[in-house]
Amino acid sequence: MIKKVLIANRGEIAARIIRSAKQLGIKTVAVFSEVDENSPFVQMADESYLLGPARVNESYLNIDKIIEIAKEYRADAIHPGYGFLSENHLFAEKCEKEGIIFVGPNSQVLKQMGSKIEARKIMKEAGVPVVPGSIEALDTIDEAKAFAKEIGYPVMLKASLGGGGIGMQVVQSDEELENVFLDNQQRAKQFFGDGSMFIEKKIDDARHIEVQILADQHGNVMHLFERECSIQRRNQKVIEEAPSSFISEATREKMGEAAIRAAKAVDYTNVGTVEFLVDSEENFYFIEMNARIQVEHPITEEVTGVDLVKEQLLIASGNPLSLNKNDIKIKGHAIETRIYAEDPERFFPSPGQITRLDLPEGEHIRHELGVSSSFQVTPFYDPMIAKLIVSGASREEAIERMKDALNNYHIDGIKTNIPMLKTIIEHDQFKKGNTKISFVDEYYLPMLKK
Amino acid sequence: MKEITANMAGSVWKVLVQEGEQVEIDQDVVILESMKMEIPIATEDDGIVKEIKVKEGDFVNEGDVLVTLE
Repeated sequence: MIKKVLIANRGEIAARIIRSAKQLGIKTVAVFSEVDENSPFVQMADESYLLGPARVNESYLNIDKIIEIAKEYRADAIHPGYGFLSENHLFAEKCEKEGIIFVGPNSQVLKQMGSKIEARKIMKEAGVPVVPGSIEALDTIDEAKAFAKEIGYPVMLKASLGGGGIGMQVVQSDEELENVFLDNQQRAKQFFGDGSMFIEKKIDDARHIEVQILADQHGNVMHLFERECSIQRRNQKVIEEAPSSFISEATREKMGEAAIRAAKAVDYTNVGTVEFLVDSEENFYFIEMNARIQVEHPITEEVTGVDLVKEQLLIASGNPLSLNKNDIKIKGHAIETRIYAEDPERFFPSPGQITRLDLPEGEHIRHELGVSSSFQVTPFYDPMIAKLIVSGASREEAIERMKDALNNYHIDGIKTNIPMLKTIIEHDQFKKGNTKISFVDEYYLPMLKK
Repeated sequence: MKEITANMAGSVWKVLVQEGEQVEIDQDVVILESMKMEIPIATEDDGIVKEIKVKEGDFVNEGDVLVTLE
């Protein structure tokens, strides 16, 4: 069993990992940048060490420094959380070489899944439906145009190594493709070090539904059902729920099986998420595999009773899965809202000094917090500062409770997206389950203009 | 004289204009970067760039003047 884990992350997820590690009797090491010294996770860990200045390259992405601290203070494992180094195959490889357990899949899997073009190929071969699109990278505008013509506009132009919505764009016509192709290719090169682009057919009226999987090092793979994460802004999730109110039991089963096939195709280990687009006919298409813990993992935990971070640490320690698929049923409904430090109408970041943090409390309310009252939210990292998770016996009950919880959620000093969350949660179309990826464009933004 | 100000706190990622340059309404003059997001700042007026108050890498607060026009 892992004895001491270094958490190579910050904010709410670092705190979340420390909590589960402690429950397993694992010692915890936090690493932090200069501006994060007063973060809750730094206080929670058994030991905390300074990484360096605020900028991510000098702190949370500083592979050498993180490995050095792990070795010096004898952490036998590193948990990368999400974002930052979590899907960096070079980091995982370095851990492997240094004899440090990387809490996640091995570096080979990370490399394969990191390339979306490669991942699509593997999944197609494994019989997992993928979004119709180009199999190889499209190097020139002419190649891209020829391909777009073949599948028909609108299409999604994507960077093979893209993530967080960067390098991804809907394109409606040849003319638009001509205008944006080189720019996106350039950005992909700049951000991800590789400008390989590909095109997918844009799926109409799509929902984003993903399947949580668990795989141990002994060949056992299982899934923990789905999460629907269609409510997004700037290609990033804002509200997630489990289970999806849209798919039928038959589709749920088929998607679970496809996710298991996907995991097995790459000998996946640890927890991971297989993301699909689902159209209005319940056809589903693989988009990518997230080889790490997801931001929205708590809603799966709420409806299944499984602690996914504990499972990660147990799997990484070499333990076989102790869960039995037949014992796990979806119980009730859970919703997560992401609290972002941002303008709720323009979605621009809003860093600053928090002057009040007053949170709703209740049996069905769960908080994951990256900040505390009087916390300074800096502009250096992701704007997500907290997550609010509520559960209920039914979707209706969960929505009602989320509404109450949001009404009692007070953050002063910075702008947050709470007004947006309230508007969506109370929207008739949301209540009806009409939760398509286009929701924010179709229903939320037009309300602001009135 | 007109001022173009930052609409959020963050660092200056790119300065897209030079002093003495003629700019037109809605033209991007500076790109700010904050919380993993790039925000282009456009001028709301036509004019000639009089002074660029920031350089790439500088940290600015909401409301800080980035560029002045005449």
